[in-house]
Amino acid sequence: MAGETGPGGRRLARHAMLIEDEPHIAEAIRFLLTRDGWQVTALADGGAAERALRTARPDLLILDVMLPGRSGLEILSAVRADPDMAELPVMMLTAKGQGRDREAAERAGADLFMAKPFSNAEFVAAARSLVET
Amino acid sequence: MPFNLLVLACITYVAFLFLIAFAVERRARRGAARWLRSPLVYTLSLSVYCTAWTFYGAVGYAARSGLEFLTIYLGPTLVFVGWWWILRKLVRIGRQQRVTSIADLISSRYGKSTLLGVIVTLICVIAATPYIALQLQSVTLSFGVFAAAGSYGWALPDSDATALWVAVGLAFFTILFGTRNLDANEQHTGVVIAIAVEAVVKLVALVAVGIFVVWFMASGPSDIIMRIGYSDIADWDLVPSRWAGLIGLSAAAVMTLPRMFQVLVVETSDEAHLATASWAFPLYLAAMSIFVVPIAVVGLQMLPAEANPDLFVLTLPLSQGQGGLAMLAFLGGFSSATSMVVVASIALATMVSNHIVMPLWLSLRPTREVTGDVRRLVLVARRVAIAGVLGLGYFYYSHSEGATSLAAIGLISFVGVAQMLPAMLGGMFWRGATRVGAALGLTIGLVVWAYTLFLPSFGPVAMIPQAVFDHGPFGLAWLRPRALFGAEGLDPLIHALFWSLTLNTSAFCLGSLFSFPSPVERVQGLAFVNVFDTERAEPRVWDDQGAADPEELLKLAQRILGDEPALLFFEDAARQQGKAGYLPDPTPAFLDALERKLAGAVGAAAAHAVIAEVAGRARVTVADLIRLADETAQIMEYSSRLESQRSELERTARQLREANEKLTQLSIQKDAFLSQISHELRTPMTSIRAFSEILMEGDVPPALAAAQARIINEEAIRLTRLLDDLLDLSVLENGTVQLDLRIVSLTEMVDRALRAARQTRPERSFDILRDLPAEALFLRTDPDRLTQVFINLIANARKYCDSRDPALRINVKQRGARVIVDFIDNGSGIPKDKQQIIFEKFARLTDQTRAGGAGLGLAICREIMANLGGTITYLPAQGGAAFRVTLPLRLEKSPRADAA
Repeated sequence: MAGETGPGGRRLARHAMLIEDEPHIAEAIRFLLTRDGWQVTALADGGAAERALRTARPDLLILDVMLPGRSGLEILSAVRADPDMAELPVMMLTAKGQGRDREAAERAGADLFMAKPFSNAEFVAAARSLVET
Repeated sequence: MPFNLLVLACITYVAFLFLIAFAVERRARRGAARWLRSPLVYTLSLSVYCTAWTFYGAVGYAARSGLEFLTIYLGPTLVFVGWWWILRKLVRIGRQQRVTSIADLISSRYGKSTLLGVIVTLICVIAATPYIALQLQSVTLSFGVFAAAGSYGWALPDSDATALWVAVGLAFFTILFGTRNLDANEQHTGVVIAIAVEAVVKLVALVAVGIFVVWFMASGPSDIIMRIGYSDIADWDLVPSRWAGLIGLSAAAVMTLPRMFQVLVVETSDEAHLATASWAFPLYLAAMSIFVVPIAVVGLQMLPAEANPDLFVLTLPLSQGQGGLAMLAFLGGFSSATSMVVVASIALATMVSNHIVMPLWLSLRPTREVTGDVRRLVLVARRVAIAGVLGLGYFYYSHSEGATSLAAIGLISFVGVAQMLPAMLGGMFWRGATRVGAALGLTIGLVVWAYTLFLPSFGPVAMIPQAVFDHGPFGLAWLRPRALFGAEGLDPLIHALFWSLTLNTSAFCLGSLFSFPSPVERVQGLAFVNVFDTERAEPRVWDDQGAADPEELLKLAQRILGDEPALLFFEDAARQQGKAGYLPDPTPAFLDALERKLAGAVGAAAAHAVIAEVAGRARVTVADLIRLADETAQIMEYSSRLESQRSELERTARQLREANEKLTQLSIQKDAFLSQISHELRTPMTSIRAFSEILMEGDVPPALAAAQARIINEEAIRLTRLLDDLLDLSVLENGTVQLDLRIVSLTEMVDRALRAARQTRPERSFDILRDLPAEALFLRTDPDRLTQVFINLIANARKYCDSRDPALRINVKQRGARVIVDFIDNGSGIPKDKQQIIFEKFARLTDQTRAGGAGLGLAICREIMANLGGTITYLPAQGGAAFRVTLPLRLEKSPRADAA
């Protein structure tokens, strides 16, 4: 299930929620996705993420691993445990780029794992692929 | 002599004493005055035994009962000459167990019993009451002498009012003297010195009057001997039972009187002083008694028959127009009274606060936690107790006035305190003595004493009806207060002494034989009876199983001992265990030492109870019981050697364990370091790469492009800063840093740091509590580097302090050539397991997968402080995160460069 479908069929803009505490990285991602036709909601704090997710019901969740308040892995586990959001596509971002983090993210149910820094083109393509499959 | 002048003299004298005490305490705090604790001062302080009773009353006693007054001096003389057997042991036990009073000694010996503490305190307070009344009476009487002798038309309007004012004045004086601060080992150097001075004044005064009487009123010693031959004193007959009884009584009293126990045991600084006191104190007593008979004889002959012999010391010089000498004698008597009252009420107040108020507070407070400042409570309790004790003395004085002579009142007190002798000596020499026995003996002794001596002293009808004296209560003739069990015709004092001590001792022995001591009693009994066996492995009251949290213990100790002394004690203990920081492992040995330390402030029973709340109930292990049962010296020696080897091994093992823990932590941190470096470099790089790719595509509007270029720039700067920090750290670690040493004001550096740190979370309002007078120091150090440390600590507090009303306290202390700056916030602090690693590189408090700073700040601080010849440590148990920066006041050259 990729987001809400109304009586009029698919929504015009795909909605991505970004949870990232580094403001400049968040700004870069917002720019890239907006240019690609996404609607982007960005949050800086892990603690407020869950409630925002439940009300906004995005088509894609992009999660940083290291967050203040609540770690990305914890948020991911909570999302997967919630029957309403269990199918939500999730992309994890990490600046550590170590195998251990990737495994942990995949175990917790991430659909895709992207190391920072990333190529813009790859990033946008990955986001698209997650909502189209 | 005008009354006003007399009052003025008293006040001046007291003010002078207070100044001496004050000055001495200041010097003692600086640790400068070793002579303050010399054997001479110790001996002079013992003269608190000679009260106004001795000063005025001995002459009256001699005038009434001939040489019998000597018994009061002979008893103590015997005890001191034979110091090797009893006093030495008493003082050793007192020091080893940090005993605060005789109540504490007895309570501690019998399993740290609260009940015994209460009973002994009651006995002491009741027995001291007539004695304090006696001092009030003597001062009032001596005022009266001057009033009557004066030709100024002034007459003492009301002796009750005078006594009341004297009592109030003495209470005020004692509170000022004795409870200005709470000392961990209950010693009052200033008071002791003031008492030593008073000892000299009273000796000089009495000897001066004696010399005047012998050589100026009579014509020399031979004339005096002739006069004695003619006087009634020569006809005096020695009654052996009374003579022996009184010597025994005063010997007991010199050890059990609360004030004597205070100067003899609690205030000793060195056991060796006893050896000097063993001959010097009897000499002092001899000097105090040598002129007693001459003064009495001359007084009886030359003064009118109705003159009160208790006041001959004053009235003889006055009758010869020697106002100055009379004034000296008056000050001597005044000294005797004040020193007794001051020491006795300090000793009694200590008992009341430690054995009545503390146990009440421990059982009444709402939570099990030790909250609030215990020290304040104790001090207030002591002040109230001092006022209460003097109030009781005044009450007794105003209700028994005129009924008895000075000497009789004093003897009543002596018999009262003698009731503690069986429990005390039994505890020191007999391992079989038990709590039940001691409680029975003390209670029965107290009751018999009160019934046969104390209550009758108020006068025949005041407390006990005449019918009871004549026919006994309920017509039981064998219970008559003056003839118990039909023992008629005895002197009332000897009668009371005999029956109270006989019944007391029998109850004590029987109770001990038929009851079973608890494990703690066994341990304490062994420690008391075998106090000189230092080789022996000491049995422990605490065991290894207790899960005491050292941080909780530290909090507890701070509330009782005060912050600095507690921290010092814990740091020391940790060092002895081979650990760094302020938190030693809660080993049985440490708990024991801590309990004794606390016992020095609040008494053994309360100290035991509060530690038990943190450490769990004390248990004596099977091994300890075996050790107790096993008597052979060989095994003792063997086991003590094993014990010392075991503790050596334990220490090494602890050090190894700690080193290993640290290595493991370090290796984890090495991994974390790489991961962290990667994160710290990749984060800025992500923004740089993303925005540079966007800009390369070239279709961005110019304004937006400029903003994106600015981000690239900022992130590049951030990368540079990180590399700078890493380089800084490496330079500091290698000791190749160039220090710029200058003389700078600490205030200025703190100001600068506060300004700079305001950039961290500027939206947060933060209370800063500073002690500007303490900060007014000039240091020779590297100001930029030190300020960098301050900025870091303040910024950390701004970042991490999680209090709703965040506040940061900056305390400054100078200790010798070092300066201590503490930064203490009111947040939830740093958990114990993290306190050791926060100073490591990239160690961060929050979980590894959560964001925060780069984790280099405190590591850099630690390296800077090492370069500045100082340290930075985490202070546990301060009610928030607390960092202590210690550095030299004047840094001459880089300590690292020296080592290189």
